[in-house]
Amino acid sequence: MSAIYDEIQGIRARYPESLSAVMPALQLAQERNGGWLSEQSFRDVADALDLTPAYCLSIASFYDMFRLEPVGEHVIEVCTNISCGLKGAQQVVEAFESELGLTAGETTEDFTLRTVECLGGCGWATIVAIDNRHRLHVQAGDVPRIVAELRGIEWKEDDDDLDA
Amino acid sequence: MTTSTPEIVFAGCNGGALTEIADYEAVGGFQALVKARAMTPDEVIDELNASNLRGRGGAFFPTGRKWSFVPKPDKLDKPHYLVINADESEPGTFKDREIMLRVPFRFLEGALIAAHAIESEHVFIYIRGEYEAEFEVLVGALEQMRARQLLGDVTIVVHRGAGAYICGEETALLESLEGRRGQPRTKPPFPAIAGLYASPTAVNNVESITTATSVLEIGGAEYAKLGVESSTGTRVFSLSGNVVNGGNYELPHGYPLRDLIDEFGGGVADGRALKAVIPGGSSTVILTADEANRVTLDFDSLVGAGTAIGSAAVIVIDDRCCMVQLAVRVSQFYQHESCGKCTPCRVGTKWLTTILQKIENGRGTQADMDLLVSVAERINGKCLCPLGDSDAIAVMSYFDKFRDEFQAHIDEGGCPFHGSSSLDDLLAPVAMHVHDQAPGSTREAAHA
Repeated sequence: MSAIYDEIQGIRARYPESLSAVMPALQLAQERNGGWLSEQSFRDVADALDLTPAYCLSIASFYDMFRLEPVGEHVIEVCTNISCGLKGAQQVVEAFESELGLTAGETTEDFTLRTVECLGGCGWATIVAIDNRHRLHVQAGDVPRIVAELRGIEWKEDDDDLDA
Repeated sequence: MTTSTPEIVFAGCNGGALTEIADYEAVGGFQALVKARAMTPDEVIDELNASNLRGRGGAFFPTGRKWSFVPKPDKLDKPHYLVINADESEPGTFKDREIMLRVPFRFLEGALIAAHAIESEHVFIYIRGEYEAEFEVLVGALEQMRARQLLGDVTIVVHRGAGAYICGEETALLESLEGRRGQPRTKPPFPAIAGLYASPTAVNNVESITTATSVLEIGGAEYAKLGVESSTGTRVFSLSGNVVNGGNYELPHGYPLRDLIDEFGGGVADGRALKAVIPGGSSTVILTADEANRVTLDFDSLVGAGTAIGSAAVIVIDDRCCMVQLAVRVSQFYQHESCGKCTPCRVGTKWLTTILQKIENGRGTQADMDLLVSVAERINGKCLCPLGDSDAIAVMSYFDKFRDEFQAHIDEGGCPFHGSSSLDDLLAPVAMHVHDQAPGSTREAAHA
């Protein structure tokens, strides 16, 4: 029995039909597995809900927030839908690429950088989700400070003003 | 906010948030619930009908009527479900998250009122997975309500989505909530008869539910005095794009669109000229600057202008934006979010993107312009849900209203903005999943 078996039974009890628990169970499994779903994660969820790993994979592969490959310690997601795009989202993406030495879509041990569809913060563009927490009004000039913060490096204040 | 306009949804907030139950009670919180529980379910529905409150998710369906479609328990011996659609993902729209953050109790009070009206003891709130802070606020508010035993016999489960625009479509949402891939169902049967677990279900948007609280509080007839005849009450407009002050603004229906941009949004940013406005989320028909200057923000005025109020998400576009690039990016979104169930949408959205990219990259021919129209016509009205239609309708509206700009791409053999457009080179989501790996979603393809 896996470490999350009992917790998944608790989730299952919230729903009239246990299949409904598959998404929250996958969310839990992903959280406990460093932000992505391994083959073992699928076996654990399947076992706890009397499903097959294949069924669980078919659910995970449909939804964007389930990750099927390892992710970096920090996941940086830049919204590039139209409202953010009109406010300079592409410059923000490029600033992260150059600051991290990564191309959007790539992962290192420390960082995953990706562009995503609308995060629902259009009026506060550009929206950047860092480990699922939304930063508002991000501009390209804010990126070095954000990356330094994530790397645990003290940032020397200059003319920088970051809205968070 | 510098508003003197009536506040319904955000009443009592004073620009802040009411996340402590005592603060909410101090502004009259839960009086509406007490009132509703003293009424019969039909009386509550009558009050909603008197208010003429219409759905705030985008379809504008009368809320009271929707509730009245749920069969009475003696007619159909199955549990009733209330499912609240908090999967806000229409590009341009960010109102429901602010409602959940700032007036969580008014929203949850509305959920209990709605549950009473449809005689349900089971409420599910399907909140989009990306809204983590909002999820936590709701869970915290629910704990406070449980401690005060305000829920009665009703259970409220907050269920998190996992990143799929299609789950904002009500039948896809129900599939997802049941533990399946979020793919729309055929209708009929409609959810009111066979919704969640094949039982009678009302599916309502967050703002509709929150407003229901206010309708009970002030009375349906009083609520109906706000706004205009076809569109009563207030609306939380999400303003974004090239404006100085983007944000959510609660205004009565019938407010002039241009005044929203100028008075509340601080005007078009950077001293630029207004080029176009998308009035109701990315799925709606675009308005030229001239059209935008004439319309008011209500159902009739926008339908009269050939578009829709949709989710009340107003996206302002200035003269730096290339309309073909806008079309590419909008089409990439729908292509990415197509669930793949219906062929015209799955294949058509990809074709629209491909043709638009070809035009943008200067390789388009006159025949491609005809092909674009032809593909759009082959999607429209031919699928289970309106996702593919949204792509076709939006893109064709840019094509119809800015045809000269599309033509210039053909004639000049490239983008007439020569790299200066605000959306130049904008990178759509990069493939992380197998179903993402389509041409058009990588930078290489965009530059091909």
